[in-house]
Amino acid sequence: MIRVRVRWFAAYRELAGTESESIETHATTPAELFEEMKGRHESLGGRSSALVAIDDQMSDWSAQLRDGNEVLFFPPVSGG
Amino acid sequence: MHHPSFRISSSPIDIDAVRQTINDEDCGAYVQFEGWIRNKNEGRGVNRLAYEVYEPLALKEGQKIIEEAASRYGLTRAVCIHRAGLLELGDCAVIVGVTTPHRDEAFKGCRYIIDEVKKRLPIWKKEHYADGDQEWVNCQDIGRTTTSS
Repeated sequence: MIRVRVRWFAAYRELAGTESESIETHATTPAELFEEMKGRHESLGGRSSALVAIDDQMSDWSAQLRDGNEVLFFPPVSGG
Repeated sequence: MHHPSFRISSSPIDIDAVRQTINDEDCGAYVQFEGWIRNKNEGRGVNRLAYEVYEPLALKEGQKIIEEAASRYGLTRAVCIHRAGLLELGDCAVIVGVTTPHRDEAFKGCRYIIDEVKKRLPIWKKEHYADGDQEWVNCQDIGRTTTSS
């Protein structure tokens, strides 16, 4: 079991209804953590084209999570 | 390129200043791209839009993109500024400027920067439509819905 902080941005923040939350989890990757979060936030759907960062570094969905990580979920980006 | 050349701006971009910043007598080519706020998207009338930017990571990743372009295409100088906050029709949302000795690399380098900025930076646009509705762009499929629209 590890404790991580989850941060939601833009459309995800609106779907999750919160900007950030602290979670105890058995998830070992951002992909697993996202699946678990879908159980907590019923409006949350897919992550196709979404991006993820860990501790302010762009990461990938299969990266290893560690205790104390801050995991940032970015919905599909639309800059430019 | 040793100075930070990617910036986020919450006020209007001074376009002439960008050109001045990267003017270089070693260069024979300057290519500039400006992205503007358009009055429609996918058939819907757009009145204005709001950019949300996660600045700590946008700055880091934006600088990385510029450095990649510089080494790939041998850019002499490059700058990119992206807006944050509420923008009106016709406003400049993003500007890219690059200088090189010759034009071919300038076009390619400029294109690389804007394409990667659109793909990789944590920036989101919310369109405000003429009918009063608002929507995050490209985010139709991330919510769970029980009915299809």
